[in-house]
Amino acid sequence: MAASWCITSSPFISKGVSLTAAKERGQLVFLEGLKSCFDVLFGEEQRVGQPNPLQFISEDGSNLKTMYEFVRTSLMASGSDSWKCPVLLVDDLSVLLSLGVRPVDVLDFIHYCRVAVCSQLQGNIVVLVHSSDDSEDEENELVVNSLCHQSNLILWAEGLATGFCKDVHGQLKIIQKGSSELKAERNLFRIYQYKIQDKNVTFFARGMSVAVL
Amino acid sequence: MAALATGGATPSDGATSFQRKVPASSRLAAIAGTRPSVRHGQLLLSSGLPSLDCVLGGGLAVGTLLLIEEDKYGIYSNLLLKYFLAEGIVCGHNLFVASAKEDPADILKELPAPLFDDVHKNQVEWKETAIKSKPESQESMKIAWRYQNLPKIEVSPAASVRFGHYYDVSKTVSPELLQSIKWHRFFLPEEMSLHPEIKTCNMTCGYTKLLQSIQRIIYQEGFDGSYPQKKQKNILRIGIQSLGSVLWGDDVCCADNPEDIHSLTKFLYVLRGLLRMSLSACIITVPAHLIQNKAIMERVTNLSDTVVGLESFIGSERETNPLYKDYQGLIHVHQIPRLNSLICDVSGTKDLAFRLKRKLFTIERLHLPPDLSDTVSRSSKQDLAESTKLLSSGCGAMAIGKKHLDF
Repeated sequence: MAASWCITSSPFISKGVSLTAAKERGQLVFLEGLKSCFDVLFGEEQRVGQPNPLQFISEDGSNLKTMYEFVRTSLMASGSDSWKCPVLLVDDLSVLLSLGVRPVDVLDFIHYCRVAVCSQLQGNIVVLVHSSDDSEDEENELVVNSLCHQSNLILWAEGLATGFCKDVHGQLKIIQKGSSELKAERNLFRIYQYKIQDKNVTFFARGMSVAVL
Repeated sequence: MAALATGGATPSDGATSFQRKVPASSRLAAIAGTRPSVRHGQLLLSSGLPSLDCVLGGGLAVGTLLLIEEDKYGIYSNLLLKYFLAEGIVCGHNLFVASAKEDPADILKELPAPLFDDVHKNQVEWKETAIKSKPESQESMKIAWRYQNLPKIEVSPAASVRFGHYYDVSKTVSPELLQSIKWHRFFLPEEMSLHPEIKTCNMTCGYTKLLQSIQRIIYQEGFDGSYPQKKQKNILRIGIQSLGSVLWGDDVCCADNPEDIHSLTKFLYVLRGLLRMSLSACIITVPAHLIQNKAIMERVTNLSDTVVGLESFIGSERETNPLYKDYQGLIHVHQIPRLNSLICDVSGTKDLAFRLKRKLFTIERLHLPPDLSDTVSRSSKQDLAESTKLLSSGCGAMAIGKKHLDF
């Protein structure tokens, strides 16, 4: 679901983890944008206390400060527990642009989050954005390019250049920008093809799909 | 969809989309004109066009948004909108019709008449006569001995509320049928004169009013799960005509750099939020060919669930092309939602065309017509080859397949 923010405080999520249970334990903080956007936009005056993290929708300026505050307080609260190394997942940053946030403010938001999550709490940030080669959305491309510049690992999923195929749904480019000690590593750039099934995805080297072999 | 997942009667405060969707129970199936999807358990409703349902993976899921990119003259997209509404009338759903161009009452009057199929009735009668004539013919039917103890196939009483109907475009729906359903209207010119003062929230005024109107109906009529519906649960079908056109007060169609570039996308985002919380489904037609800034259309596509583009042959050179003589236009399926699953129901072929006859509007695979003549001149064949190339470049990147090999 587009535009939802997830904050987990677990080093890994293995298969079969119940997210509802995790949420009850306080391991997962979930901000669902779709659900509250109407009330933010048309609702009566804000309740006293904390402002809504989605406050920016109703204001003309694109101020993501309240959202950053939400991220920070959620992580700090859970940081005192045994959960270490928090992960911030942002499902679709591109939606923010559609809601009228300027690209610079989106990048500012991500930068602040990096400072808080990556440096201070030793956690990770995972961000999803849309992009395509022939896109004419310049604002979005600006955000994508800047994020590519900043990130350590880029997973780039795209369809095959030769068109739709029933057995190979697309290819995944993995671009790893290693730190200094990994510099000598050869496979910084890898391409796998993938096929999506109902519940999982199979990856294989190019041209090695089951249908071809 | 959340309203469905939480069981409808409970307040949906704590519910999120993480919750496992309950398998389709009898409670869900009780809503007329819907059926749970075999694949992902979501409640589906018909778009009014069985062949379109088939292309979209069984139908339109409740709580989702179908965006139709209008053909150049808006003929077929309007027809699809009318089919969607007509299907709602036949199933007894509530309707919400919004338009800035035509009076919603006029749109409803022009809905195609449903064909309460004689074929089906004939089958029933035939079956009944077969059952009646069984005793005397029993001796002669020894071959079928292993079938004789099988229970008779019960013809369901609700045969008329089955999934998806056919319509006769040449006739309009009868006024009695129209009166039997509950519908709500939103006609922009009259809404503008009604409440002049309103909080606009940086959105085009028409969009703001439309959102508030939809929200009011969803809450008052109890389509959101939080408010217990006293009566039988029902579905709200929302149809919005030519959203984004100049008549809505939006300037995305006139300028390359419109003043409020975010109005349309914001509207879609909030609308989707409303749909997700309620028992409703929405169909929107958008004049995509008029929108100058292609970036807006990309964002609109990302904010919709299902996106279908129509391209009619009227006025184009394809109208007279022998390749397309059976069809009225092409249909491009741009996006299909992935619901409770990693993959979507994608059909095997991307080359789809539609044809409109008096009683049938169908979407089918684009077939080349058979070449029947004995002496086919080479030149005409090349013509056809040229036009197939034209076709494939429209539907994918097939044309560059020669110089690039993926595997």
